[in-house]
Amino acid sequence: MAEVDIKNYCLNFGPQHPAAHGVLRMVMELDGEVIERVDSHIGLLHRGTEKLIEQKQYLQAMPYFDRLDYVAPMNQEHAFVMAIEKLMEIEVPERGQYIRVLFSEIGRILNHILNLTTHALDVGAMTPILWLFEEREILMEFYEAVSGARLHAAYFRPGGVHQDMPKGLDERIMKWTETFPSVLKDMEDLLIDNRIFKQRNVDIGVVSVEDALNWGFTGAMLRGCGIPWDLRKSQPYEVYDRMDFQVAIGKHGDCYDRFMLRIAEMRESLKIIRQCLNDMREGPVLSIDNKVAPPRRAEMKTSMEALIHHFKLYTEGFKVPEGEVYAAVEAPKGEFGVYLVSDGSNRPYRCKIRAPGFAHLQAMDFMCRGHMLADAPAVLGAMDIVFGEVDR
Amino acid sequence: MVEALYTLFGGEGEFLYFLAIIASIFAIVLPLLIGVAFAVYFDRKIWAAVQMRRGPNVVGPFGLLQSFADGLKLFLKETIVPAGANKGIFIIAPMLTFTLALITWAVVPFGPHLAIADLNVGILYILAISSLGVYGIIMSGWASNSRYAFLGGLRSAAQMVSYEVSIGFVIVTVLLNVGSLNMTDIVEAQSGSIFNWHFIMFLPLFVIFYISALAETNRPPFDLPEAEAELVAGYQVEYSSMAFALFFLGEYANILLMSALMAILFFGGWMSPIPGDSFIPGWLWLIIKTGFFFWTISMVKAFVPRYRYDQLMRLGWKVFLPISLFLVIVYAGVWVYGDLIPK
Repeated sequence: MAEVDIKNYCLNFGPQHPAAHGVLRMVMELDGEVIERVDSHIGLLHRGTEKLIEQKQYLQAMPYFDRLDYVAPMNQEHAFVMAIEKLMEIEVPERGQYIRVLFSEIGRILNHILNLTTHALDVGAMTPILWLFEEREILMEFYEAVSGARLHAAYFRPGGVHQDMPKGLDERIMKWTETFPSVLKDMEDLLIDNRIFKQRNVDIGVVSVEDALNWGFTGAMLRGCGIPWDLRKSQPYEVYDRMDFQVAIGKHGDCYDRFMLRIAEMRESLKIIRQCLNDMREGPVLSIDNKVAPPRRAEMKTSMEALIHHFKLYTEGFKVPEGEVYAAVEAPKGEFGVYLVSDGSNRPYRCKIRAPGFAHLQAMDFMCRGHMLADAPAVLGAMDIVFGEVDR
Repeated sequence: MVEALYTLFGGEGEFLYFLAIIASIFAIVLPLLIGVAFAVYFDRKIWAAVQMRRGPNVVGPFGLLQSFADGLKLFLKETIVPAGANKGIFIIAPMLTFTLALITWAVVPFGPHLAIADLNVGILYILAISSLGVYGIIMSGWASNSRYAFLGGLRSAAQMVSYEVSIGFVIVTVLLNVGSLNMTDIVEAQSGSIFNWHFIMFLPLFVIFYISALAETNRPPFDLPEAEAELVAGYQVEYSSMAFALFFLGEYANILLMSALMAILFFGGWMSPIPGDSFIPGWLWLIIKTGFFFWTISMVKAFVPRYRYDQLMRLGWKVFLPISLFLVIVYAGVWVYGDLIPK
């Protein structure tokens, strides 16, 4: 009998695949159903954000950050405004800091709800997503209440936030933090002790500590391996140093640990939200330095200086002193950083964005190797990829 | 059933007999297809209720006509045959699946000897036809010339073959107790009271049968052939319009059949659970029981994640097969020892 050459099966997973989380295209080499190689192709959602930012004034560049990881928009804005503030050495009023932390944590829950439920959907459990999206909708309403937009908020400003929260919003948020745990509990009841769910996630996509560090993992992917690295704790920004919360870590670095860790993080976020609401005092929310923050409208009616400031800010923008800076926040997906180079003009010379998802997606190949085809969506789901930030 | 209609028509001549056959087929198939349409509707409604949404509620009162609207839409659409597909097999596959799903109902008794064909090997006939069902799926997977469809077809073939083995052993045990392969005899062996129903004596077997039935009909947690997250829609991925509808209807007809089989084999078929009950007709009891099992299958869909392929095979071959084989031996051994096997 002639020698038969058995070729591996090559499967094109995506970009229009329901489990590809957007526009990911993976070329998979399969031996039967076992994955031999995964080749991730990115760039289908590339919009040239970094280049566009170079053409825009600092304030005009801000809304681009909502459109990176559109699942938790305000967290990205946070990194960008922090970079500007570092370069310009602007002080943010205390209430502004509290509001930023509050909405960063709301963003974290927004993100984790989406991630956990779609992860469950990827392994076949279709009910949690419909249960928890109700809650997501409520959080979006909080976004809308402060910024007027459900998704692309554009709420943070260099020097604070655009406007104070409307009256009564703090009570609404507080009320929600009391009802949300029971909904979360429902999802946990359905999934975490479910044998099928465990079989699909335990020991799948295991990452060792060295690998995690070598591939530049951050966020839940790194904490899942057991390293308690959280920028909110290790280099606290805003008022995180006053907050009482814990950093959840995993043990085995598998998909199940990441899932459980995100649930724990949501509970910690709730704690932070409650503390923010309790500790927040009345006061300004935006810097009173009118070189960066617009003056109040009432003031403009009477003060010539305020009118000039307003005119200058909305035509020319503000100038940022020469220099370079890296500012990072603990975004829901990991360390989201902005590396900003200023040449002293009113436009950034260069704005490099460090998206956590990009670093995580590189690992797709070694995390999937040797697993079954059905494990690839589980690994991808636990990785928490959003293409807005990966492709930029 | 055919005989009864034949005498009703006058009872003379071959042509009338032929008419009687056609009439009895229609008497089963039409209610069945309408039942399938409503089964789809109820499946969606149950699923929606679990997920706290409304489900279909626009077409007709409470959305009751949704399935008919969907069917009409699919009927009016163009059947798209992919350029690289094997056209003949591609078209035949859904027809085969649909036909096989319908003809199994020929032997299902809705009352004493009330079936289109009251075969003496009725249960064997059902096993044979449901084994053939895999051909429709594997043909469609092959003919679509798509990698997703091909993988789906392969998975489905392996899955159905695996779980049919344990279903076979479960049925063998029941048959040993009944002493006949006739469906009517199986039900009548459970007559008397609710305590004679097989599920009391054969509870472990019923559990195995129930889970295997889920696998046999590709329902969650065993819906691997059409696993959305991996294979998009598996073997159905290239199908559209009526060809897709035939697969879909065939699938639901099979689910209803499995529910009916559970009722017949373990829950006394058309028998009433209420002692001395004569006002509810037997066929209605069978429908009620079938509906109940369909409801449980729907609920399972809402609650469980999906197995991985290797886990499914492990469950089939390493758990269900040894257990069902062991149970056959235990039950048979006890009966032989106590000389209880019907002769």
